[in-house]
Amino acid sequence: MSSRIFGSAIRRREDPRLLTGLGTFTDDIALPGMVHAAMLRSPHAHATILSIDTAKAAKAPGVLAVYTAADTAPALKAMPCAWLLPNADLKVAEYPLIAADTVRYVGDIVAVVVATTAYLAYDALELIEVKYQPLPAVVDPQKSAKSATAIHASAPGNQAFHWKVTGGDADAAFAAPGAVVVRDRIIQNRLIPTPMEPRSALAQWTAATGELTLWNTTQNPHIVRFIGSLVMGVPEDKFRVVAPEVGGGFGAKIAQYPADFITCFCAMRLNRPVKWTETRSENYIATTHGRDHVQEVEMCGTTDGTITAVRGTVWAGMGAYLSTAAPGIPTILHGLMLCGPYLIQNVKEDVFGLYTNTTPVEAYRGAGRPEATYLLERLIDRFAHAIGKDPAEVRRINLIPKFDNGHPVATGLVYDSGNYHGALEKLMAHVNYDGLRKEQAAARAVGRYLGIGICTYVEVCGLGPSQVAGAIGFQGGLWESAIVRFHPSGKVNVFIGTKPHGQGEETTFAQIVSSELGVDVNDVKVMHGDTDKTPMGWGTYGSRTTAVGGAALAVALRKIKDKALALSAHLLEAAVEDMDYADGKFFVKGTPAKAKTIQDVALMANVAWNMPAGMEAGLEASSFYDPPNFVYPFGAHLALVEVDPVTGAIDVKRYAAVDDCGPQINPMIVEGQVHGGIVQGVGQALWEEAVYADNGQLLTGSLMDYAIPRADVLPDLEILSTVTPSPHHPLGVKGIGEAGTIVSTCTMYNAVVDALRPLGVEDVPMPMTPERVWRAVQTAKKGA
Amino acid sequence: MYAPSFDYHRASSVADAQRLLAANPGAKLLAGGHSLLPMLKLRLAAPTALIDLGRIAALRGVTAADGGVRIGAMTTHADVAASPLLATSCAVVAEAASRIGDLTVRNRGTIGGSVAHADPAADLPTVLTAVGARMEVAGAGGATRTVDAADFFQGMMITAVGEDEILTAVWVPALPAGTGAAYAKFAHPASRYAVLGAAAIVTVSGGACTRAIIIVGGVTATPTALPSVAAALTGSPLSAESIAAAAAKAAADLGGDLMGDLFASAEYRRHMTGVYVARAIAAAAARAR
Repeated sequence: MSSRIFGSAIRRREDPRLLTGLGTFTDDIALPGMVHAAMLRSPHAHATILSIDTAKAAKAPGVLAVYTAADTAPALKAMPCAWLLPNADLKVAEYPLIAADTVRYVGDIVAVVVATTAYLAYDALELIEVKYQPLPAVVDPQKSAKSATAIHASAPGNQAFHWKVTGGDADAAFAAPGAVVVRDRIIQNRLIPTPMEPRSALAQWTAATGELTLWNTTQNPHIVRFIGSLVMGVPEDKFRVVAPEVGGGFGAKIAQYPADFITCFCAMRLNRPVKWTETRSENYIATTHGRDHVQEVEMCGTTDGTITAVRGTVWAGMGAYLSTAAPGIPTILHGLMLCGPYLIQNVKEDVFGLYTNTTPVEAYRGAGRPEATYLLERLIDRFAHAIGKDPAEVRRINLIPKFDNGHPVATGLVYDSGNYHGALEKLMAHVNYDGLRKEQAAARAVGRYLGIGICTYVEVCGLGPSQVAGAIGFQGGLWESAIVRFHPSGKVNVFIGTKPHGQGEETTFAQIVSSELGVDVNDVKVMHGDTDKTPMGWGTYGSRTTAVGGAALAVALRKIKDKALALSAHLLEAAVEDMDYADGKFFVKGTPAKAKTIQDVALMANVAWNMPAGMEAGLEASSFYDPPNFVYPFGAHLALVEVDPVTGAIDVKRYAAVDDCGPQINPMIVEGQVHGGIVQGVGQALWEEAVYADNGQLLTGSLMDYAIPRADVLPDLEILSTVTPSPHHPLGVKGIGEAGTIVSTCTMYNAVVDALRPLGVEDVPMPMTPERVWRAVQTAKKGA
Repeated sequence: MYAPSFDYHRASSVADAQRLLAANPGAKLLAGGHSLLPMLKLRLAAPTALIDLGRIAALRGVTAADGGVRIGAMTTHADVAASPLLATSCAVVAEAASRIGDLTVRNRGTIGGSVAHADPAADLPTVLTAVGARMEVAGAGGATRTVDAADFFQGMMITAVGEDEILTAVWVPALPAGTGAAYAKFAHPASRYAVLGAAAIVTVSGGACTRAIIIVGGVTATPTALPSVAAALTGSPLSAESIAAAAAKAAADLGGDLMGDLFASAEYRRHMTGVYVARAIAAAAARAR
């Protein structure tokens, strides 16, 4: 059974309900007596609030209440930051739920209206009179560092933190005689995560018992309970958080948001269920954004192709306030990955986190790692060009040789296992790399501009050992939990602390149960998302749910197996040492015909008529699994593009990927994750950018302006894999949710620049829209 | 996205719609709603009432009329795109309709809605101007007048339709023998509106172009004719070289005041107009032969 179910591309069990519109999302839930909240948000990026008059709104039809900071500030604590970077001069500025005297970005909440319908609530918003004194705004992180505009009195120079990473002696490497140095200034364009389901909260207060329930679209309901309890003073045992179906998060639903706790506040004050669901416009200005770095970086090496050092400075835009996990993203998850999959011995980077008058920036698929992989891969192509070597060859020279149990790198991390050359060679063979280069040369000869981008990567995920979490200032643990409960019939409920929201773990976790204990996947139900029903867990982000939660499940299943073996030995009147197990059957070695099935054992354990001395009734086990290390998936990607220098249009002709996430529980789901990840990364390269005017107005505030990739803009993706197990994971698996995004952006960038290099083009700013490509060509022509 | 409060009326006939329009000052006609409803939801528009034309059967459908094709104002883009009559007599209109938005938009949006809305980035105004369409407009008294497309689009979202009038149909002529037409569109990656759209109509006789009409949209407030390009084509063999030479005159015809946005500046649009005009001419020429 194990060999067949583990590794089978069975269809996702989540899909029938989702594809037929039968999924229940937060906004689908209606409670008796429910009323609706709407948030009045600042139209200014930076302003002093002179006065707020809510009298007219309070009298408007259907309005039950209008609250401002005067109401919430005495009752609620400020939003906490949950990643308190040590040794980084971190300045956590106060993040009020409702702005009292100053607004700091377009979208900052100024008041909330509760009315009998959402329409009436929005009508009443227009009746609130707020007088603002506008202040100068700053939106660019690098400019913010030198700006005269002070966003928070508690953060001089608008600096939220200054974090450093060093490994080896980068300065010495750069100063070495004969060092070839390449430099780059990179704008990591700010992105809007755009989950299909906007954010939503529904709060119900039971005054008689002091119990609060919050239905919330989140990637981590237990963290919502943990932090919400701190903010609102509702004890955790009386605060239930339920995340029903969640329609995508991409990191934006990790963060805790004022609006969710304001909704709870309204429900508690009014003693009625209150729902708030953001509009798409609101989602764009007030749900967290991603990336937003300015990077000034350099790489040095020797003419034989050896990369000796990477050095740089990063200005990371944090937005107006530090969101929940934000400080860890451009630092821990970025700077520690600056060796990439390479034998780079010397690394030095300064990361400045800057407050700006923009929407707070948080994790976005890949979260820090794309910004590291991108700068490395871009610099490597420049280095290869500088020394006249093929970019694939330079990577081959510098990749860490195959290892299967631990490889320390200069930043202090210890990669678990890797076969980077294996992935690169498989990719190059698949696409016939030399043939592609010949095709490119032939095309150039006739005035066609083909470009090849090839990148290798490693990423850190499966976050992570809790001891490390504590050491790096993460204000929580990073273990995961699972409870496995066998019913008398042999059917199984699995309760997990983490929160799948599109990644398919209702399927893959059932496959784990099936492969470990021989239960049909259809006899397993995976329960998640309700803090009253599931054990504590830390949620889905950092490609950790299968990498950590899956391990917790495997460990719990092995406890079940041990008990089942002992009970079946007792029932078969044999010694445990004489027992054997195969395909869901427990039997005395050599006599598989007289076996007890796991279902037999489940029944006997539950009725408990004949238990061995000292064995408890029931067949249930739990595990709290704290991983000994992170996991490090890796791979190699290639893009083939044709660029029309006349129009600037980019035609993506081929995209091929080799990814290694260890043994694949369900190859179809892995392929889906890689597919989605690639497309999201290509989106950053070619189309997506959150653009702010200098006055802090978001100019790409809707899906009419902000271009996310669609199905017709890319070719069929060629997705391959290699399998290198993690030495420390019980199932050998690594995360795969973010890998595609981490490497595809630079793969696409390098392909476009490779295409245009004969025209003298060295750089095209992202997103590489047709006009930007055209301008780069025009500029190069003028320079020539 | 919550629209402000408004009254909703479903008109049973054009006369009923006229009556409702007169009775509801500040009302807007609803003709599919794919532009109007987003404006309401963003609270950029707050009409007192919407008068829905969608159920008036007489306004829907494509029929042969007067040596051409009459398209009822409430005919959806999907129906225009799929019309066999248009396919044989003036396929470029169907071609443009097939490239509007996405399937959902084409199933709900109507030709009358698009034309009366007169968004500079819409596809149909450009093509209808090129083919010489005539708009049928019903007045308050029941009288109907026709307006040539060239006179219909008067400014950004401004048309010849009066406050008390209703656009009821669009008539397009059948293309003459030896004539080819094509529409080349540079779609915005997010909105899929035309960053620019170029329509070309060429008639070929004896191996040479005897007549050419070139109209571009998306770059100016209303569809703009490119007479220098047309003049350069006339008499030419419509070879790749002659098309390129003619298209190179596009920029000069456009004037100095072009639209630009974050995605495509005025300068870039001017450059790209030549590219798309050449593509439209080449495609039209191939169809003419």
